[in-house]
Amino acid sequence: MSNKNKYVLRFSRLNRILHVCMIVSFLILSLTGMSLKFSYTGWAKVLSKFFGGFESAGYWHRFAATIMIFVFIAHIVDLIRLRKKEFGSWKALLFGKSSMLFNKKDWHDLRDSLKWFIGRGPRPEYGRWTYWEKFDYFAVFWGMFVIGSTGTTLWFSEFFTNFFPGWILNVATIIHSDEALLATGFIFTIHFFNTHLRPEKFPMDIVIFSGRVSLEEFKLDRPYEYKELVEKGELEKYLVEQYPLIVIKGMLFFGWTALAMGFSIIIWIIYAMIFAYR
Amino acid sequence: MNRIFIILLFFTLHSRSFFPQSNDDCLMCHEDPDLKTKIGNKTVLLFVNQKSFSSSVHGNLECIDCHTEINFEETPHREELTKVECGTCHDDVQKLYTECLHGKANAKGDALAPLCQDCHGNHNILPVKDRNSVVSPMKIPVLCGKCHREGTPVQLQRNIPKDSILENYSESIHGEGLLKKGLIVSATCVSCHSAHRILPHTDPRSTISRKNIATTCSVCHSEIETVHRQIIRGELWEKQANTLPACVDCHQPHEIRRVFYDYGMSDKDCLECHDNPNIVASIDGKSLFVNYAELKNSRHTGTACSQCHTEVNVSKKRPCETIQKNVDCASCHAEVGAEYLVSMHGSLTAKMDENAPSCKECHGNHGVLGKLNPESPTFATNIPNLCGKCHREGEKATVRYKGSEKDIINHYTESIHGKGLLKSGLTVTATCTDCHTAHKELPHTNPESSINRNNISHTCGTCHHGIEEQFAKSIHSPLVSDTEKKLPVCFDCHSAHEIRRADTEGFKLEIMSQCGRCHEQIAETYFDTYHGKVSQLGYTKTAKCYDCHGAHDILPITNPESRLSRQNVVETCKTCHPAANRQFAGYLTHATHHDPDKYPFLFWTFWGMTGLLIGTFIIAGLHTLLWLPRSLEWRRKLKKMHEDELNSDNDEPVENKSKTEKDEE
Repeated sequence: MSNKNKYVLRFSRLNRILHVCMIVSFLILSLTGMSLKFSYTGWAKVLSKFFGGFESAGYWHRFAATIMIFVFIAHIVDLIRLRKKEFGSWKALLFGKSSMLFNKKDWHDLRDSLKWFIGRGPRPEYGRWTYWEKFDYFAVFWGMFVIGSTGTTLWFSEFFTNFFPGWILNVATIIHSDEALLATGFIFTIHFFNTHLRPEKFPMDIVIFSGRVSLEEFKLDRPYEYKELVEKGELEKYLVEQYPLIVIKGMLFFGWTALAMGFSIIIWIIYAMIFAYR
Repeated sequence: MNRIFIILLFFTLHSRSFFPQSNDDCLMCHEDPDLKTKIGNKTVLLFVNQKSFSSSVHGNLECIDCHTEINFEETPHREELTKVECGTCHDDVQKLYTECLHGKANAKGDALAPLCQDCHGNHNILPVKDRNSVVSPMKIPVLCGKCHREGTPVQLQRNIPKDSILENYSESIHGEGLLKKGLIVSATCVSCHSAHRILPHTDPRSTISRKNIATTCSVCHSEIETVHRQIIRGELWEKQANTLPACVDCHQPHEIRRVFYDYGMSDKDCLECHDNPNIVASIDGKSLFVNYAELKNSRHTGTACSQCHTEVNVSKKRPCETIQKNVDCASCHAEVGAEYLVSMHGSLTAKMDENAPSCKECHGNHGVLGKLNPESPTFATNIPNLCGKCHREGEKATVRYKGSEKDIINHYTESIHGKGLLKSGLTVTATCTDCHTAHKELPHTNPESSINRNNISHTCGTCHHGIEEQFAKSIHSPLVSDTEKKLPVCFDCHSAHEIRRADTEGFKLEIMSQCGRCHEQIAETYFDTYHGKVSQLGYTKTAKCYDCHGAHDILPITNPESRLSRQNVVETCKTCHPAANRQFAGYLTHATHHDPDKYPFLFWTFWGMTGLLIGTFIIAGLHTLLWLPRSLEWRRKLKKMHEDELNSDNDEPVENKSKTEKDEE
């Protein structure tokens, strides 16, 4: 069997499940949150009604937030487990080849990418995680911290005002709302482009659902990682079979739905900010 | 025998002259015009004018016949004597007097109560028929007037239900007959009230009680029933005094002039012609038929034709030919008439406007019913339709009306008042006339109008009195806020004809923009907060203006009574946030991030976050845009490679490229 039919396993099962949970909760959070933020628009009213009124939408919002917090916790727990099982030490996990932390190569890749963009060099040989993927990853950490903390303050406002003055709630509202706008905007435009809309991936890359990328594509997309694996002779370890067609179709359907919702939200936000702003 | 008889006769006739205390004996002292005594503080003249006494009705009596107490032996008699008892001889009159108001007052020791001598005098009593008598008919009004004219202690201190009695009497037909024409048969006070048994009209035994008044009047007007056909229709009103009007219903006591109709006409005379359904006016052919049954079932069942259709002349063959004027309802309904004259309807009528409604447009004519009769067009539930005859969209009143209220009747019908009246059938609900008044409706621009800005809270307060009281104490009341600015009144928030229940969603949401009409900035910043945003989404469960500020009882926050004063604000928050605390109440409910001076924290937080957002998008966006052309190039490269592979090796297609390719599989 030639390598052409082979697939490389890129994401673990847990990571894929967590990402699906993340998508679901993020969409619910955006839809319910934006309906409140842009309450002066018609779509916000329809959306709020769709979620069963503002109170019910509030329950949905907090439910989704809880899921997202669990996703976050599950990921941290997974990291701890990985440290024990596969890396042995924090140092190996944080500074190894497949670390999510920025390293020297990322800065070089960024520089070379910019050169490539303006036609002054070849496409850089990207590794397991590119710098924009790492940026997305840490953006989530930042978002979890900023949105999560302000959201919790607003959720338990009566408790937190025992320790802070009342205007903290106003500040928290602004931070929560604007950071959410940033997160939503970033995910539904930049992240969508980098992963799905980028012409070579257009219209969608379902690797996050299947976890599998064709060896051929893998070779082209991440030559550095490919080379490393071949050199170490570890490539065979990651080669797997593709899922049956029906599963792939299901993943495509889910992906399309999430993409469509994300784009709708972006269109609504743009409409609200440009045409209905008051 | 004869001698003995003569001696006995002598003794009998002159017996008294044998004893002391003959009249001459008394006069020995009482002839002196200066004889006086003191009883208490009062000096009493004890002089007896022998001349006037001897010409009085009692002239042939001895002093001691009345002054019975005086001892035969002693001269002069002792000073303290009880009063003369007229009843000793006049026992029948005495009995009447004791039942009389005067007698009862006297028995109670009322110093103002008249005794016999207060009316009749004492030693100089003359017969009633003597024109010099103080109780002769000509002098009765003066005599009674001694106590019953205005300003006397009796009139001031005792409960006398009528006033100006003497003045009214002297101008009445009876008074004029007596005092101006000298007709001593004319009724005086005593003719009606009786002389000695004066009783209040509420006493059934009284001559002036409702039951007895006809009998009393017919002492003189004995044939009244044969000539007075109009009111009493030839029936015996004495027998049915309860159902028929009593004399005083039309002929006011003491003011007997004021009759409303012309003498001698009866409905029967009118109906001779007007009972004919085919009768028409010769001028314009209008039907002149009068449905008498309808009239008899109407509010005016006791009113005769000629009481309204005045100017009839009985001497004419057709008594109504002398009628010049239209029926003037105001001749009886004077107060309503006066109101109507100043009203919009009345002033249009005065200008001869053909659209202006007169009394009968609303009340009907012969069949007029009281407003409490459900059949009446002026019954509460019928009023919107009644007014709607002209004020419904497209009708004559709306064509000329230039104000802002449109589709009034339909809006009213849909309003809480309209629903209460027409759907729930609550007749106490406000109808058109409750706010606009029935007879004095004026445009709201008129300061007299019940719906004028300055009067409206009082008008609404007729029913919503509690609210009016609250409002009067609130910051919006002109009594509290002395300001040049326009203060809101009921209709500014509740509208006029579209008033909704304040607990309906629509009202709750709309009230915020109503407040915002004056409190512009505050309303705008409210919509920047969570409360405002949820309200904007169309939900009423979060705090709206009135949830925190109150509605009719809004007070300045500096007032300790205010819901938002330092003392009360936490409690106010607690109505929705049970665990609210002092710092929680410090939440800025009208905060804006657009004001760096007032809210620097919010301002800088907002711009910090916005900066972060814009920065991130600029960097990431540029990166993406720069990437785009290379990515396209890369796509073409991949595609070419893929095709090359397909050509070189017709193997299974690579997954993940596109759906169509997979479908071919």
